[in-house]
Amino acid sequence: MRVRLRVDPIKCKAHGMCGELFPERIRMDDWGYPVIDSRALSDDVVEHARRAIVDCPRAALWVEPVDEPGARERPDDSD
Amino acid sequence: MSLSTDVGSTARRLLPTRPVPEDLDAHLAGFGPRPRLDPDAMIDALDDSGLRGRGGADFPTGVKWRAVMDHTSRDGDAVVVANAAECEPASFKDRFLLTYRPHLVLDGLEHAADAVGARRVVIYTTRSHSDVEAALRAAIRERRRRDDSDRFIDVQVGPNRYVAGEETAVVSRVSGRLAKPKVVPPRPFQSGVDRLPTLVQNVETLAHAALIARFGAPWFRSVGTQRSPGTALLTVSGAVRTPGVLEAASDTTVGAIVERAGGVDGEPAMVLLGGYFGRWVAADRIWNQTIDADSLRSIGATLGTGVLVVATAATCGISETDRVLTFLAGQTAGQCGPCHVGLPAIAETFHKVATGRARPAALDLLVRWSHDVRGRGACRHPDGAMLFLASAMELFAADLRHHLRHGLCRYSEQRALLPVPATEGGWW
Repeated sequence: MRVRLRVDPIKCKAHGMCGELFPERIRMDDWGYPVIDSRALSDDVVEHARRAIVDCPRAALWVEPVDEPGARERPDDSD
Repeated sequence: MSLSTDVGSTARRLLPTRPVPEDLDAHLAGFGPRPRLDPDAMIDALDDSGLRGRGGADFPTGVKWRAVMDHTSRDGDAVVVANAAECEPASFKDRFLLTYRPHLVLDGLEHAADAVGARRVVIYTTRSHSDVEAALRAAIRERRRRDDSDRFIDVQVGPNRYVAGEETAVVSRVSGRLAKPKVVPPRPFQSGVDRLPTLVQNVETLAHAALIARFGAPWFRSVGTQRSPGTALLTVSGAVRTPGVLEAASDTTVGAIVERAGGVDGEPAMVLLGGYFGRWVAADRIWNQTIDADSLRSIGATLGTGVLVVATAATCGISETDRVLTFLAGQTAGQCGPCHVGLPAIAETFHKVATGRARPAALDLLVRWSHDVRGRGACRHPDGAMLFLASAMELFAADLRHHLRHGLCRYSEQRALLPVPATEGGWW
């Protein structure tokens, strides 16, 4: 199953650990919050992703299936 | 707000012909009793009608109802919430509809509850819309007295915050928590009010659904385009002679709509379409476009919440954008860093540019930051605010450079066109 990394932006408090542990796919914005590359994780980076998830002090990271239908494709606003 | 008279258009479905609030007698005299449809027939009719949500997202209504129905247990444990929050400052159409045609909305709400299998039925509005709340409570009492309604419709009143009308925020408030958005998934149809499958639907959409239940999908499709059938409610304001709420079929041009609002007082220069998550578009570019989704998409716009503000060259687009951006930055729920830290930083930088107190590099910073914050909130608040900003920076690029160098322009002190309400305290 192909998965991608996601961050819960409500839980995240910009500790910055993930950017240190997984620089291949995570960069920090000017305010210290992670900008996550949303492409599917390839085998060579899975271990770094796992460390970032486990070590996040806010437990704000997780992986979700790439084809998750509810992910972000749909408009969120109340219609 | 005036009830604009119709200029030769047949597209009057939701708005009453007379500016008098419709009581239950008048409603029943005009429409007859609400037909009882079985759930599949109702949702099939919505699918066939092509109705899409009118709260800004333009999502297919039938798909939304079916998703809730499919998650509902056999004894009907779903929740239906009519969304009358209308937190869009320049929009009045939902309040207008609820004031003049409350029973059409309540019919749609009951159709939704029947279709998805809901016992709990709520209508959610905002504290600052107290007149609407009173009209709604009166309409609900009328129905109960008449025994036309077999269920209890609960009225919930939340805070007047821009993001408090977003559907996960509505779910949160109706569940007894603060009216702040949540991370999705789970979406409301999967786990909504009290973790039950929940349908949150804008009130205009519900009114259209009530008409589709009575008159059928082909009737609904008899006006408008294939992709955007039917009519839409619009709030037209700015430099028009008779600002107000209008109803138009989707194959009506922006120019024709503005004519129905009395025409422009002066020469139109630009239009803000879709509300504060919408876009600024040059008047000559949008004037002959129809308001259906395909036509608007071809010029990079959307109808959004149906807000249409017309401005002449005597309005400073930079100062208007500055005020709205500051408002939006103050409306974040304070939950997601990129939004509650990023938007104020962006708004402050834009304000410095607008008032001639920034270095030229500030423009590059604005572009970079506005790309950075997109898609990084639990809800779409940063995305919407940045689309609005991007359209302003594109359309007013020359003005922006002028402001950067010289500060406020001679139009900056004109009467403000776009309303920015004071922020209420609290999220309950």
